[in-house]
Amino acid sequence: MKTDIILCGVGGQGILSIATIIGEAAMNENLYIKQAEVHGMSQRGGDVQSNLRISSEPINSDLIALGGADVIISMEPMEALRYLPYLNKEGWIITSSAPFVNIPNYPELDTIMADLNKMPNVIIVDIEQLAKDNGVNRSANVILLGAAQKALGIEYDKLEDAIRRVFGRKGDAVVEANIKALALGRAAQK
Amino acid sequence: MKKLLLGDEAIAQGALDAGLSGVYAYPGTPSTEITEYIQASPLAKERGVHSRWSTNEKTAMEAALGMSFMGKRALVCMKHVGMNVCADPFVNSGMTGVNGGVVVLAADDPSMHSSQDEQDSRFYGKFALIPTFEPSSQQEAYDMMAAAFDYSEQQKLPVLMRVTTRMAHSRAVVEVKSEARKQNDMNYNAVAANWVLLPANARKRNDIVTAQQATLEENAANSAYNKYIEGKDKKMGIIASGIAFNYVNECFPAGCPFPVLKISQYPLPKKLVRRMCDECDSVMVVEEGQPFIEEMLRGVMSGNAEIKGRLTGELPRTGELTPDIVKKALGMETGQNFSSCEDVAPRPPALCQGCGHRDVYTALNEVLKEYENPRVFGDIGCYTLGFLPPYRAIHSCVDMGASITMAKGAADAGQWPAVAVIGDSTFTHSGMTGLLDAVNENANITVIISDNLTTAMTGGQDSAGTNKFEAICRGLGVAEEHLHVVTPLPKNMPEITRIIRDEINYKGTSVIIPRRECIQTLQRHLKEQKKAQEKK
Repeated sequence: MKTDIILCGVGGQGILSIATIIGEAAMNENLYIKQAEVHGMSQRGGDVQSNLRISSEPINSDLIALGGADVIISMEPMEALRYLPYLNKEGWIITSSAPFVNIPNYPELDTIMADLNKMPNVIIVDIEQLAKDNGVNRSANVILLGAAQKALGIEYDKLEDAIRRVFGRKGDAVVEANIKALALGRAAQK
Repeated sequence: MKKLLLGDEAIAQGALDAGLSGVYAYPGTPSTEITEYIQASPLAKERGVHSRWSTNEKTAMEAALGMSFMGKRALVCMKHVGMNVCADPFVNSGMTGVNGGVVVLAADDPSMHSSQDEQDSRFYGKFALIPTFEPSSQQEAYDMMAAAFDYSEQQKLPVLMRVTTRMAHSRAVVEVKSEARKQNDMNYNAVAANWVLLPANARKRNDIVTAQQATLEENAANSAYNKYIEGKDKKMGIIASGIAFNYVNECFPAGCPFPVLKISQYPLPKKLVRRMCDECDSVMVVEEGQPFIEEMLRGVMSGNAEIKGRLTGELPRTGELTPDIVKKALGMETGQNFSSCEDVAPRPPALCQGCGHRDVYTALNEVLKEYENPRVFGDIGCYTLGFLPPYRAIHSCVDMGASITMAKGAADAGQWPAVAVIGDSTFTHSGMTGLLDAVNENANITVIISDNLTTAMTGGQDSAGTNKFEAICRGLGVAEEHLHVVTPLPKNMPEITRIIRDEINYKGTSVIIPRRECIQTLQRHLKEQKKAQEKK
């Protein structure tokens, strides 16, 4: 088993908490993990990404090669497109539909959506709205994770268990909200 | 026991498990998380391991030497440019040697993700005659900490440990020891003749340490961290150091057909290098950073092998390595399927909404419009982003503290207005001495210490001078009537602009301290307060 994942978004959107859950699930399965993160200046509202690799065999490089990623999980639609050269032919894009506009030259949203829909395997979810409608406002990123479950090749139950372990010390209410968010994401998968 | 750890965290855990007594550091990407991990560690707390931030890398290095002098193990952490700040004690620590083990951790940042240059710290190790370790994985980083402390005490020299961004900021599963080594007891074994670097003493030490280099190289040749891996195809040999070793392996999932020499311990073992040069038709040198090994190779090779690498163009002369760059150098195709999307716009980092630095630049720009050729000398921190639109407010940013001293030099040359913008943490790191220079000559400059009560850019670490800035400025001799504190908020614009204008027009050194907490740490503190109240 080997899955190479690019997690991306804008600094401050919380891509690393998605990585933490996937990492926890993978570690519990005794898989090898490498996760390259971006810290420092670019976190201040710039584009951020993390390369997450999980595998049943030892992993060499911390970075994913061009054309190597199985999944792009993006908290922002334009950011998903930034990493296309890294996606493999059968790779999946799972992205939030909500643009984060903090630059003056942000392209027309229609253009971005058209570019995304040109890709062979793409799931676009309005995670912010879904989260709001279902009273799990602070777990929008976990909805995205749920929508990526099949593409990740990790069993649904394993992700649920990982959420229990990661959020356990924050109390039952937080755990339940995140499990609900994960289920919402699963329902949004194709 | 298995743990999922950042490279930085593996280093920290490795140091704790090696019986560390103190970490000394100044925050700097990509090294910050090492000290933060030790600060949060229950084991460190239980053992009383020193972990408070130092004012700068030089004070950190010197304090570590003091701890070593008393027989205990100390770790010094910094980003690569921090090596410049502590170069004086670092190089001289090669002469004094150590009593308790000292490991100096330099985290290099090739491709300059968060830095102003791409310098390769391995040169410092060679220059200072100090053995250097360069781990290739998080596991090796963990294991090497214990080895480095042992080696430091065995050789009576500090050890330089060099990592790069991708090692520091990447997580992997690391097998850690279940029990930490005992800390060293304090002792009085340090010999004054070694530590008092009067020329007569230092000359003796210089002979000893220079003679020791042959042993260090022999040890490197026999090190478990340096490996000569056989390969059938001798058309090419590959020398790969640190994490470059991983990129090479990534290119050959079924195993590398060429001989590979993995280098993780220096001085460079010439014996192993010569073997490769004798056996192979050509040698490709793959290293993260500058062509450190490659340049040395051109002086040590004895065979007929053609040397390839960054100096011959197979690998790019600058910048961080990636699996694709290494693939191309080894003559393989990349696996790219989709081209870049042309509609994607760049998204550079920016000052946060609500950040006090924004109000400082708004006020400064408004006042400076009134002058013909104002020059603003910037410094290192979030506020360096003031160079970008919409502010375009600063004209220089060179190194920690250079804002004040460059403004002074410019004023000496006749420039007016000459304004320095420096953050609180950068000011105590390296700005105070420059301000004393300015005050002593009453240089015609206006210094703005933009105080957000934290070391913000690296994630909000404590700032050494918090609550002390007015006292520091007064102590350095800044005149009371030219020392102002303001609160950078839009509603205070009239007051702030008036003060800036008055002080620019004053012919002498003045200091304005706009003070408002960083918006990021403020949010964190409010959250913590709310939690604390809920508990009650």
